[in-house]
Amino acid sequence: MAVDRYHLALTELLMQLADDDLVVATRAGEWLGLAPHLEEDVAFSSIAQDEMGHAATYFSLLATIHGGDRDDLAHLRPTMARRNSVMLERPNGRGTYRDEPHFDWAYALARHFFYDTLEIARLDRLVQSAHRPLAEAAAKIRREERYHSQHHAMWLRDIARGGAEYRRRLQIALDRAAADAVDLASVGPMAAEMETFGLLPDASHLGDDWRARVVQALDPLGWSLPPLGGTLNGRHGEHTQDLTLLLRDLGEVYRSSPGASW
Amino acid sequence: MNPNAEDRTQQFLEHLDDGHMVEADDWMPDAYRAELVRLIRLHAVSEIMGTLPEKEWVPRAPTLYRKLALMAKVQDEAGHGQLLIRVAEDLMAPRGQNREHIMEDLFAGRQKFHNVFHLPVPTWADAGLIGWLVDGAAIITQGMLLGGSYAPYTRALRRIVEEEAFHIQHGESICMALAEGTAGQRAMFQDALTRWWPALMTFFGPPEDGTARSAAPGAAHTSHQAANLRFRIRTKSNEELRQRYLSKYVPRIRSLGFVIPDPTLKQDPTTKVWTYQPPDWEQWRAIITNHGPRSAARVNLRHTSYAEGQWVRDVMSATRKAV
Repeated sequence: MAVDRYHLALTELLMQLADDDLVVATRAGEWLGLAPHLEEDVAFSSIAQDEMGHAATYFSLLATIHGGDRDDLAHLRPTMARRNSVMLERPNGRGTYRDEPHFDWAYALARHFFYDTLEIARLDRLVQSAHRPLAEAAAKIRREERYHSQHHAMWLRDIARGGAEYRRRLQIALDRAAADAVDLASVGPMAAEMETFGLLPDASHLGDDWRARVVQALDPLGWSLPPLGGTLNGRHGEHTQDLTLLLRDLGEVYRSSPGASW
Repeated sequence: MNPNAEDRTQQFLEHLDDGHMVEADDWMPDAYRAELVRLIRLHAVSEIMGTLPEKEWVPRAPTLYRKLALMAKVQDEAGHGQLLIRVAEDLMAPRGQNREHIMEDLFAGRQKFHNVFHLPVPTWADAGLIGWLVDGAAIITQGMLLGGSYAPYTRALRRIVEEEAFHIQHGESICMALAEGTAGQRAMFQDALTRWWPALMTFFGPPEDGTARSAAPGAAHTSHQAANLRFRIRTKSNEELRQRYLSKYVPRIRSLGFVIPDPTLKQDPTTKVWTYQPPDWEQWRAIITNHGPRSAARVNLRHTSYAEGQWVRDVMSATRKAV
């Protein structure tokens, strides 16, 4: 039935949006207190908070469509029910945020640049979404994402100017991020329905659009978009052990006392 | 000190006694500058190191709302560190020093930070307690320092105190949810309180009456306190602050039905003075000299990220104007 397909496609879409932002915000939040300098700590934390705020918005929309509580949806769903891109769940580097954090700032930038470029391309479509509450949320979120893009553009420009060693460092980071990014601009098995129902207009060109925007930003700085890799597709619920560990952390307190108010 | 400098110092003190403020470019006695640098560096580094205990709980915060609020709070602490380190850098500039010296001193164990940030944060209740009762203590110190004589510091403090008021609401809200929650949640808070009480009692430093002067570092601390009072860098003693803290928070904690782990703690109904079990000042000294349970781990956390971020700061200094 068309209504069921509509409902399913909308649920899938909202899960992708919510899970992407929750996971990227969590990884960004792990940088708190550890960024390369104080001013950047404050700036990057703002980005992490924006993404967490967007996750909260999408989970609220999801709760109204899917039923249930937004914190249940964010904290209790198992790994295979998650729809985020695999690139976003990868750790920030060796070690953890609590112990020996050998985090890689170049990787953080590369990953955020890829993801924020996707977000803008996706939001440009979502502002026209047939699901009115999503279109309204997207318009608000898109304003904040522009600031994120400017932030990453500034860093890319500075690193490009910084000299050969730094340029090489960032290319390695772009390669590493791209190696997990094959699913990033895909929208999963219900792509056709998302487009037909107008939930994500022009969904079929999202990948090309993303690629064009990435190349347009990297090319003048002398970098290229590496080939996208990865054998798992997060939009299908396929994930790494990294996500399972992240989710264990994320829900540790929430799960400890089911039904409690925090 | 030559007679001229002595006269100038005397004039400077009279200027302070008349209620005047000092700006960064004004002449100031070396001792005044040294006390300010010591205090503001301690404050700045405490804010910076203070991000680390709570950030451990950002991913694990129980709801999306709590995750968001805790991130915002930790970001504020980093922002305070940034604000204060600039005030300290202005004072250190005549000696040719900047924030890099402060960080290097921290890594070498020559720069102290507040005792509470050397301690473990084993549960979510500890994270809430820091927001409510540690920030509650900090705001009492900082509110007092607002009346200080060094204008750039008081300007920074005004903004910090405003934000700290939000932090206390955030921490109190977490603690109230636990207090009104399940038996398990209440027990979690009681455990955290039992764990943190000794650190809260030492938060304001030793009293100035000589009871803590048994060892040299305590005596040094007391003499800094006296100098800071004379320079109107501070306006109240450690013990006055502790008494104010107890008056504000003990009734609140007890009204929630929690037990403060000091059976001798009581307030004289007439004089309103609190008496309490004397804290272990030896242990406090050990903690603030980086021998606390999490001192080495936290300094190491900061040191690792600082060292590995060096290339980023190199890029910045090569391509941007100074920030």
